[in-house]
Amino acid sequence: MSLRLPRAAELRSPAILPPHDLDGLDPVFSRIVSVPGESAADAVEWHLLDNAGRLADLGVTPVGTILCVHGNPTWSYLWRKLVSQATDAAANGGEAWRVIAVDQLEMGFSERTGVRRPLEQRVRDLGALTDTLELDGQVFTLGHDWGGVVSLGWAVDHPELLAGVMLLNTAVHQPESDRIPAPLRLALKPALLGNATVATPAFLETTLALAHPPLPKAIKAGYRAPYLDAARRGGIGGFVADIPVDERHESFAELTRISTGVANLTVPALMLWGPRDPIFSDRYLDDLIDRLPHADVHRFEGAGHLVAEDVDYAGAVLTWLADGIRSSEESVSGTPTDETERAPLWHYLDEMRDSDETVAVDMVTPNGTAPRVVSWKLMSRRVRQITAGLAAVGVKKGDRVSLLVPPSADLIAVLYACIRIGAIVVVVDAGLGLKGMTRAVRGACPDHVIGAAPGLSAARALGWPGQKISTAGYPAAVRRALGVSHSLAEIIALGSDERMPAAPSASDTAAILFTSGSTGPAKGVVYTHAQLCAVRDALAAQYGVGVGTGLVAGFAPFALLGPALGARSVTPDMDVTSPKTLTATAVAAAVAAVDATVVFLSPAAVANVVATAGELTDDDRLALAGVERFLSAGAPVSERLLSAISALMPNATAHTPYGMTEGLLMTDITLDGIREAASEAGAGGVCVGSPTGTTRVRIAPLDDTGRATEDLTEAPDVTGEIVVSAPHVEDHYDRLWLTHRASRRGGVPGERWHRTGDVGHLDAAGRLWVEGRMPHVIATATGVLTPVGPEQAIEQLHEVARAGVVGVGPDGTRQVVAVVETVPPARRVSLATPGLADAIRGVVTVPIAAVLVVPKLPTDIRHNSKINRSMLSDWASDILSGGRMRTP
Amino acid sequence: MRVLVTGASGLLGRAVAREIAATGHEVTTFQRRASGVDGVTDVLGSITEADAVTRAVQNVDAVVHLAAKVSLAGDPADFDRVNVGGTRALLAAATAAGVGKFVFVSSPSVAHSGSSIVGDDALPADPVHARGDYARTKAEAELLALAADSPSFRVVAVRPHLVWGPGDTQLVARVVERAGAGRLPLLDSGAALIDTIYIDNAASGIAAALERVDAVHGNSYVLTNGEPRPVAELLAGICAAAGVRAPAWSVPAGLARGAGSLIERAWRIKPGADEPPMTRFLAEQLSTAHWFDQRRTRADLEWTPAVSLDEGFRRLAESYGHG
Repeated sequence: MSLRLPRAAELRSPAILPPHDLDGLDPVFSRIVSVPGESAADAVEWHLLDNAGRLADLGVTPVGTILCVHGNPTWSYLWRKLVSQATDAAANGGEAWRVIAVDQLEMGFSERTGVRRPLEQRVRDLGALTDTLELDGQVFTLGHDWGGVVSLGWAVDHPELLAGVMLLNTAVHQPESDRIPAPLRLALKPALLGNATVATPAFLETTLALAHPPLPKAIKAGYRAPYLDAARRGGIGGFVADIPVDERHESFAELTRISTGVANLTVPALMLWGPRDPIFSDRYLDDLIDRLPHADVHRFEGAGHLVAEDVDYAGAVLTWLADGIRSSEESVSGTPTDETERAPLWHYLDEMRDSDETVAVDMVTPNGTAPRVVSWKLMSRRVRQITAGLAAVGVKKGDRVSLLVPPSADLIAVLYACIRIGAIVVVVDAGLGLKGMTRAVRGACPDHVIGAAPGLSAARALGWPGQKISTAGYPAAVRRALGVSHSLAEIIALGSDERMPAAPSASDTAAILFTSGSTGPAKGVVYTHAQLCAVRDALAAQYGVGVGTGLVAGFAPFALLGPALGARSVTPDMDVTSPKTLTATAVAAAVAAVDATVVFLSPAAVANVVATAGELTDDDRLALAGVERFLSAGAPVSERLLSAISALMPNATAHTPYGMTEGLLMTDITLDGIREAASEAGAGGVCVGSPTGTTRVRIAPLDDTGRATEDLTEAPDVTGEIVVSAPHVEDHYDRLWLTHRASRRGGVPGERWHRTGDVGHLDAAGRLWVEGRMPHVIATATGVLTPVGPEQAIEQLHEVARAGVVGVGPDGTRQVVAVVETVPPARRVSLATPGLADAIRGVVTVPIAAVLVVPKLPTDIRHNSKINRSMLSDWASDILSGGRMRTP
Repeated sequence: MRVLVTGASGLLGRAVAREIAATGHEVTTFQRRASGVDGVTDVLGSITEADAVTRAVQNVDAVVHLAAKVSLAGDPADFDRVNVGGTRALLAAATAAGVGKFVFVSSPSVAHSGSSIVGDDALPADPVHARGDYARTKAEAELLALAADSPSFRVVAVRPHLVWGPGDTQLVARVVERAGAGRLPLLDSGAALIDTIYIDNAASGIAAALERVDAVHGNSYVLTNGEPRPVAELLAGICAAAGVRAPAWSVPAGLARGAGSLIERAWRIKPGADEPPMTRFLAEQLSTAHWFDQRRTRADLEWTPAVSLDEGFRRLAESYGHG
């Protein structure tokens, strides 16, 4: 393709220094470097930011160099915060990093040479510059946009200097199946290119508008400064024209050379990504991770193309570099291994391949007939067939597979086939809602999607990536509409030879579970095979589930482990997206179907089961009387509710474990234990019992501002963040390196500790008490307060149904506010009557600034039972500063 | 120490004079009428008369300056004359007389531009954005006082917020009188959090500033009870103590602010016997949050309020004979 740029792109002008008044840019870092060419006329001048002079003034020796390369149409201004922060850190006694941020030739304040610079030339140019600068020692590259490609080209060509690569949104490869992003296609139209990029600042302005939140005026002015007229914008057009749209493009070969070379790099790598990018979407991140699978990756949800403006990338970069130095000094991997030898997840499917015993029962079948009963023999064969069939259509170890199949025997078969292949199963809780699920699936970038019709049509409509496989067979037109490449029946037929691929190892990744915190978007939690086996073993040990146990699996994460436990499991008739619709009759029917002795339910389901107990027949009650263990996991269940459901299962011990997606079974308490704890007045919090067999619990005490410190303790009666360790704690968060790092803060080296984000304390008997979530800690002027204790005190009042205690105002001087549901419920939001306010102030020891009455407290989207205190705090802050009396 | 207290005929001035005298200092008061405080020497005169001011500061070690024109309405020139001119004259006279300590009693409204105050510490006085003539002139005066601060003339500014208590003619009497006449609405929901200070606490806080001025001079401090409550609860508490019905009807704050400015303007042209029933400033005060970060105040002044809000209401009720 030949693209013409306006004449302006051919004008020459020397490098100059930027104006002195650009926001956030210290002129002290600017310098102009002349790089000699083959003849004197070929010499070129670069403008760059370089803190070497400042470091020399400080008398410090750099530990290494960060070589930063901007993209199009920015300039070294993009890296101003890193240059400043690195220099400040060195001045404050931290590690000294030399930061060199170049303005690429034709760009920023570097020389306008009038020469066209395709990618190969640009990579050579950068090498010539670093030769002139005589860089030595450890060099980490850092690139954004097309600067990412150029920096990686330099990295591939300088193995003797290269210590690591760091990338913000960029790409080194255009997948054959996909077209280049629409905005670039538009800019590349010959009729538009010159106008959009050079003659007018349209391309520049479009890029500057991509920041989230929008850039302040002064920063935009900083970016515009070198590109004020057409004569200075030639490079912008040149860069766009240099995008290798297909293999005929002159830069295609160089891009291929770089992308191939990158895949051979073994140096440490960091990727900081803004997913809201119309150009470099998640699929390019996925491609880069395929090339650099060892990279530390952080996706900043909500950030976009200008991730360097949207988030604190400089802090992340310096943290990562410092961690690298520390870990090489300590030479400890920091990732402990679980020494226990564990049987693989699928071993019962092998062992019982000839058994006619039941492994799974579906209470709901598509045609509404009697429950479907599946034997171990059939399940085992199906899993082998699907394993072989999926392998035949290209599903392989390490591929990500999103399962959009409702709980059923089909789900179990597909799940264990994926596990057996070593594919990574992406499990997204339907309770996240379509928007949350879409965000989670997009972020996880599955290679394959296996689903039923509703899931697949959502996947199609919302543009979820991946090859699509349907569980049911559809007419050709429907298949086309859904983008389905295979049906499960075809997969089974393809796998009739039952040819097994090599089994994955214990340290391979097995699954990514998406959880919803009480704040923020869902996070993907990564488990290895060893860790999932450890979850299974913890469940088996704690609740005596084993071969032949009848299990009602009404709680998603545990439901899938039935076959791994050797159990006979049944999913009750329920809408998985709405656990609170489960009825007592449906539970009884499920119990009867497998002679269940163990029942797992989600806490949201418990209330409705109790409420619908009146519909139970005598036979139903008889079936329920056979249950020995009842378990409700996911959120605390009140003693009242637990007592009520225990009455329905008179021979069962009721348990509520404490855990989270990151650690599914951390402590456990029985109903008797809850009653005993309740009798201990003034303990403050919800007693969640003692750590399970292999779990250890420690507390990170809080400081005056409510932040958790690093000195973990097991001392009783110290309130702080709950930190847990167990073989079945997750491996890491998916593509959230900073979040993962924070979750391990203060952990014991060589052990896997996870910060739960919950706050609580241990008592003298070793029991754990939960007092709320870390963001719900209220830092008042007289000390730090956790909400659960006062909430419980307030809920003792007969006129109060439920209470939420939150803070308003700045941290360190927050005022405490009680928000209550009354008995009978109020119809609208108001201040409490003086009588109620007095009563509430009378039962708590902390000063309460205000008492608000609401018809209904807001609860967490996933667990109907957890009060959303963060939202409640924002709402109360607004009302109590004079805002409208709206409902929370 | 010999201490001059100006403006000791008002509720707060009397309480301050009494408090300082009680700690063993020799107190002289300066105002137009007798202070009525036992054990102090009254010097009668106006803060706007230069000679009287010069006489008053002779042979004193410290000045606590409360004298001011406090009102929601009136001729702007009067506010300037008393609050700015009076303070300037007093500062000049005091430095000339070799006084070493100066406590300027100010108001949080000097830094208030009409928006909510949610847990802020004392911000710099800002006469340009302060609302109303009182706040504007107090802001100018506070800036004058702090500008005069030096190692030999140590100045501290304290800003008690909404002082109330038995005998209070400003807040309590106004509320009680209007509520009794059924003329006191709530603005919006009445949920805005407002921090106030009980009279005894205000007096002890100002006395603490005097004791600590050598260590904390050059600074401003907001003084409150540190117990913010919704404005409706405060009004209800005052009304209950006085035995009148609490306001039960509500007016949109926006409307009240609009009406407030209209009435304010009308009052300038044709002042009534009383002050205007609503001003823009008052409407803002009653419909936006006003509470403060008291950590620095309490730490620096080594002071905590001794009388809680609820104890204050009890004492108020007692004064109305309802205790």
